[in-house]
Amino acid sequence: MIDNKKMVEIMQAIAKRMEKEKEFLTELDNAIGDGDHGINLARGFAAVEQKLPQLADKDLGAILKGVGMALVSNVGGASGPLYGTAFMKAGGALKGETDIDAEKFAAAFEAGVDGIKMRGKAHEGEKTMLDAQCPALKALKEALAAGKDLKTAMGEAVAAAKDGVAYTKTIIATKGRASYLGERSIGHEDPGAMSSLMMLEEITRVL
Amino acid sequence: MVGIVIVSHSKKLAEGVVEIARMMAAEAPLAAAGGLDDGGLGTSFERIAAAVEEVDQGDGVGVLMDMGSAVMTTEMVCEALDETRIRMLDAPLVEGAVLAAVEAQMGTSLDDIAAKIGEAREVHKIAADA
Ligand SMILES: Nc1ncnc2c1ncn2[C@@H]1O[C@H](COP(=O)(O)OP(=O)(O)O)[C@@H](O)[C@H]1O
Ligand SMILES: [Mg+2]
Repeated sequence: MIDNKKMVEIMQAIAKRMEKEKEFLTELDNAIGDGDHGINLARGFAAVEQKLPQLADKDLGAILKGVGMALVSNVGGASGPLYGTAFMKAGGALKGETDIDAEKFAAAFEAGVDGIKMRGKAHEGEKTMLDAQCPALKALKEALAAGKDLKTAMGEAVAAAKDGVAYTKTIIATKGRASYLGERSIGHEDPGAMSSLMMLEEITRVL
Repeated sequence: MVGIVIVSHSKKLAEGVVEIARMMAAEAPLAAAGGLDDGGLGTSFERIAAAVEEVDQGDGVGVLMDMGSAVMTTEMVCEALDETRIRMLDAPLVEGAVLAAVEAQMGTSLDDIAAKIGEAREVHKIAADA
């Protein structure tokens, strides 16, 4: 269902989207951080795009690990090691795989989310990217368990991530730079939750 | 000698901290891993890994970090390399760097530097009981 060609397509779509949303994500980060999230991710995924031709013929695990490595060396901000760990752990779950089904996709997504929790020493409810990703993962797993196909299930994951982004607007940041603002972080969407939503949208579109 | 790496979002800050540590320990192997390849602010896995290689004389490497992604990215470098060879040192950047560099120059082992680094956290700049 997802082979290396599809995976490369997904990464290209994410790279394009990050470039397109560079300013918007940076504006969100301006409000509660240091105003670089969009710049960081656009730079990181530009490096990913450059590396993709070397990765294209490899198995899915190797592609995702390569993507993760490019991010950790080029994003620069906290989202670098966080997304970098997520892609590398997802790659670890897909070691040697060349074509995966919905179950394996969900397992890789879960490994990625667990990686972010481990790296960020974070959990849901702290106004981070996890507030988009955890509900999305839960929705994906529930939809698959109910017998829905991957694209439909990912549609539900995207909807859950959207609600998650909206939720970040209502809570205080306790992780990352935004935590320095305390109460003043309320009323703003978390940039990392927003970029996570965008990545999930791109994956779903390409599927 | 144990090597010491200073990781910061800023190239200038990392180099400046190395400069200050060198005043006290000119012989110690010190390297700065600050900023990104394009000179921008941020931390890079490859730059940290390269700095670790640069100062590794076989006695291990201690790494001091500023904050956020500097810590998380260094953690990833530690996971990728042999964990007995490289340790993250938890201390204020400047005080920690001076302490670690002086100890490294005296031939203190990486384990002992890691145990001692906590002292740098206890240094008060203004007397607490005054
Ligand atoms: N400890 C953490 N755990 C999970 N997510 C985090 C953590 N710290 C930061 N983030 C996420 O990273 C985003 C900020 O990314 P970015 O601006 O690229 O890095 P930086 O904060 O270093 O400038 C935040 O919006 C948040 O979603
Ligand atoms: Mg930022």
